[in-house]
Amino acid sequence: MASTIFRSLQVQPFLLYPTTLLRRRNGVFQFTTKATQSQAETQQRQPQSKVSTSTQSKKLDKIPKDYEAIIGIETHVQLSTLTKAFCGCPYSYGSPPNSSICPICMGLPGALPVLNSKVIEFAVKLGLALNCNLAFNSKFDRKQYFYPDLPKGYQISQFDVPIATAGFLDVDIPVEFGGGHKRFGITRVHMEEDAGKLLHAENGNYSQVDLNRAGVPLLEIVSEPDMRNGIEAAEYAAELQRLVRYLGVSNGNMQEGSLRCDVNVSIRPIGQSKFGTKVEIKNLNSFSSVGRAIDFEISRQVQLHSQGQEDQIVQETRLWEEGSQRTITMRKKEGLADYRYFPEPDLPAVILSQEYVDGIKNSLPELPEIKRRRYEQMGLSMQDVLFLANDKNIAEFFEATLAKGADPKLVANWIMSDIAAFMKNEKLTINEIKLTPEELSELIASIKGGTISGKIGKEILFELLAKGGTVKEIIEKKDLVQIVDPVEIETMVDKVIAENPKQLEQYRGGKTKLQGFFAGQVMKLSKGKANPGLLNKILLEKLNSKS
Amino acid sequence: MNQGDHYHHTPRRSIRPREVKVDLPHFFGKDDVEVYLNWEMKVEQLFACHRVKRRVRSISKEKISENISLTSFLFLFKFIHSKLKMLSTLQTPRSLTRLSHSFTSRASLADQAAAPPHSEILSIRHALLSRRASAADLARAHLARLRRPEPRLRSFLHLPDDDALLAHARRLDALIAAGHDPGPLAGVLVAVKDNICTADMPSTAGSRILEGYRPPFDATAVKRVRELGAIVVGKTNMDEFGMGSSTEASAFQVTANPWDVSRVPGGSSGGSAAAVSARQCVVSLGSDTGGSVRQPASFCGVVGLKPTYGRVSRFGLMAYASSLDAIGCFGSSVADTGILLHAVAGHDRFDATSSKQDVPNFLSHFVSASSLESKPLKGLRVGLIRETIDDGVEAGVISAIRAAALHFEELGCTVNEVSLPSFSLGLPAYYVLAVSEASSNLSRYDGIRYGNQVYADELDSLYGGSRANGFGSEVKMRILMGTYALSAGYYDAYYKRAQQVRTIIRNSFKEALNQNDILICPAAPSAAYKIGEKKNDPLAMYAGDIMTVNVNLAGLPALVLPCGFVEGGPSGLPVGLQMIGAAFNEGELLRVGHIFEQTLQNCRFVPPIVAEDIGY
Repeated sequence: MASTIFRSLQVQPFLLYPTTLLRRRNGVFQFTTKATQSQAETQQRQPQSKVSTSTQSKKLDKIPKDYEAIIGIETHVQLSTLTKAFCGCPYSYGSPPNSSICPICMGLPGALPVLNSKVIEFAVKLGLALNCNLAFNSKFDRKQYFYPDLPKGYQISQFDVPIATAGFLDVDIPVEFGGGHKRFGITRVHMEEDAGKLLHAENGNYSQVDLNRAGVPLLEIVSEPDMRNGIEAAEYAAELQRLVRYLGVSNGNMQEGSLRCDVNVSIRPIGQSKFGTKVEIKNLNSFSSVGRAIDFEISRQVQLHSQGQEDQIVQETRLWEEGSQRTITMRKKEGLADYRYFPEPDLPAVILSQEYVDGIKNSLPELPEIKRRRYEQMGLSMQDVLFLANDKNIAEFFEATLAKGADPKLVANWIMSDIAAFMKNEKLTINEIKLTPEELSELIASIKGGTISGKIGKEILFELLAKGGTVKEIIEKKDLVQIVDPVEIETMVDKVIAENPKQLEQYRGGKTKLQGFFAGQVMKLSKGKANPGLLNKILLEKLNSKS
Repeated sequence: MNQGDHYHHTPRRSIRPREVKVDLPHFFGKDDVEVYLNWEMKVEQLFACHRVKRRVRSISKEKISENISLTSFLFLFKFIHSKLKMLSTLQTPRSLTRLSHSFTSRASLADQAAAPPHSEILSIRHALLSRRASAADLARAHLARLRRPEPRLRSFLHLPDDDALLAHARRLDALIAAGHDPGPLAGVLVAVKDNICTADMPSTAGSRILEGYRPPFDATAVKRVRELGAIVVGKTNMDEFGMGSSTEASAFQVTANPWDVSRVPGGSSGGSAAAVSARQCVVSLGSDTGGSVRQPASFCGVVGLKPTYGRVSRFGLMAYASSLDAIGCFGSSVADTGILLHAVAGHDRFDATSSKQDVPNFLSHFVSASSLESKPLKGLRVGLIRETIDDGVEAGVISAIRAAALHFEELGCTVNEVSLPSFSLGLPAYYVLAVSEASSNLSRYDGIRYGNQVYADELDSLYGGSRANGFGSEVKMRILMGTYALSAGYYDAYYKRAQQVRTIIRNSFKEALNQNDILICPAAPSAAYKIGEKKNDPLAMYAGDIMTVNVNLAGLPALVLPCGFVEGGPSGLPVGLQMIGAAFNEGELLRVGHIFEQTLQNCRFVPPIVAEDIGY
């Protein structure tokens, strides 16, 4: 609709805070004015990477037993609304800089925010899923600070009346990390908008501002300081990711920054009630880095403490360096920043009705924790439960297979073993494989009913995984129906015995191990279709009958 | 996130306090509040104490230049504080007392007999539709009227090419020729205050920091008048970001009052008021945060309407204080003002605070000329706010208002004096809220994305330099005050207190409006004053807003229309009557205002500059 000069700002890349050098260069950026009409729809995103906590380092052993770590996590979840929080701009990760901006998210003079109602809906969903108390009458506030990626000079956020408070999140710690069920407290959940991004030039002489992300809705989830080690923290974060994916409020992708964790770590000697000085860690791009960064930080603090240097543990923000696997000082805090919060006068209060909340409550999907408990009751092992329930798509596949009448344990076995291995090798998600739940169910039924052997079943499975099709088609096409006719098997046994007189002689001379050889030859002749039980029975009879 | 443990701080070193007695304008309250200002202590707290120094210097990014009157800044704060502390001693409203009628003379220095004002907009529409005149002819004539006094008045900051306007007018003529309705505002020249965004003209809000800034969109109000056929004739001068009451705080020029060019037109919408007063345009849009439409309407002798908060979309209005800002209308008659309001009012999905209330056709409630004779306002209950006709208000203004009250009685109204004990609390509460919101709203002018930038090697210096250079001293002072008021440890004493006062004021107005249909009071404590008279006395300037700020705090609609004169200038200075109505009841205000205006005798509100030039 119109364009204006959008000045590029150039900032030294390695200095992240406003003590930064600037070089000026002018550039022209385009932006458009867009209607806010399409705000109330959601955007469907591809489900992303699987949760993986398998690479946790086991530094725990190194922590002296006489210290205890206190860990709290602040998580920012980017909501997958179709448009931004306060304007009609769409947001998609990776689009060209400043291609999705308008006067509102650029903070032009005279532009006003209008709330996307989906943000409230998503906040209520997550608040309910986290077992929080909802504020039926909340509001937005302005959090004020100057930074080039913050176009208005303030962030629209929630201060003293967050939309949800005092909840909890239940987590099952994986068996390989000791297992067990943990409940972590949730202090609050509040709505806010994201800031833009600074793009730092290669030569480090300047930075530019990309406002695509400015105004994208976020939920900030603050945990109680309930975690005690890196694994618990990583599992908490992973469960939160699961939850937002189950709820469909975010893609939860850490690499894209859709889910960002800042952790606070302090230690204290066991028995001391006073908290130690807490240190904040940023730049955690995966669950494993959450765990490793925390474990590193605990070791660092314990080491300082045990050497009598606890005064060197200062309140600061540290960065996790993936390369060197350590945390380094980013900035020291001089007391608390004064953000001069006050109620946002451009937005009306957020008032929820009981019907609205009930409507959302009734539409919530089955949440991971409930699903895990249900799977547990099916008699599955905790390892199976976690594998099946922790990925929404796998859970859906599992349940769709069960819906066709298959036995849970058998389905679990198939998914956990061959299907999982296939997905891992081919780097595919369960939604990308050609096998459908219907066919898996059919396959299991065919084996159980004796139509095909377990071995043939595996062959069919790989065909289904790679190429698709139906179990019946493959059985027919490849003539894979099991041979259960004793006469037919007997003919083949006779043939094999006749063709191997030497081995027969050896067998009858006492080398009974050769039975396996004969069985293999018959199976080969039958192209694997002979019923193994029948085959062995007939073979044994023939071999042992002194004819 | 948690401010808890840093609420309190102690000055680094103690300084022996020196007491200074400050005299305050007495209409702030009857108590004659004496403020003992612990002068150096305040300075210590504000600027020497490390934490606050950092806060004020680096967070607000202002450089405290010498020309900022620190004195006023501190006086005001101390004063505000003392007034807000009085809250607990507030009494319940006194009972209404009957107004005594001792006034019979009407203070009118313009004694020419004249016809009452008529609607220019309707005349233009008739002329166009009856083909008596073309839009191009009308535009040409209006542009001539605009140009002639402009060098003396300097109402406009930006005027587009005549060619562009005439081309627009010819398009309207083509529509009419083709038998289409060109829209109810076709051919009407509308001036727009410079803090309201226009895509085809610069919009600077009277500030250097936005010099040359051209928005990529029209404000909703501008879009609506354009859609109805109006021609936007230019951007009018104003106090920088609306912060001022005389238009002298414009970064670019001082606008003169058409009634006396040595006087101010009022402000902050001084340019819009002067332009309508001098008939440089037909109607104009202004903005009113604490009286910025009503006070200049009073000073310039035109009709000014501040609608209910939320009645007109603020989208495209550069925010000063978002919870108080309202786009308002100027016209030379009540009818024109009502037509303009009708054009711009109504819900806008781009402004979450805009109301979904229906917008009635205000003119349909107007009584016909024939029924003006016989007590057309019979039964209407009018409340005269006692606190506004008290000490501290110019005698001539009080006389004019009392005469207006009498005129209401003649029209059949019952007029009662009504007391609003919280009235004097409005000013400090208003200034706390307005500067707090302003300090936040003006954060976006950082020189990064648009506006003037002062290049610096360091980010902080870029911010500081751009803002120090771009903002005028009044704006800087208000940002500093707002930054201070919102700071941790001060929030409760200032912002929160002021919000409580706001609630009290809202309730007291509600009660007064339950017992009265409209409330009346002056629009300003004086008529237009001389240019330069109050420029260096911010407190006196702020005090001038006493009549209007309460209405913004309560979010109510108010109509100002000229009702009389006081001595001054070549032919007297107009005085405006302010009529305050219930929320969303602009229709009633316009109906009553129209009757008042049509029946007012012996007053003709055409300034000498127009009479000379055009021979009105």
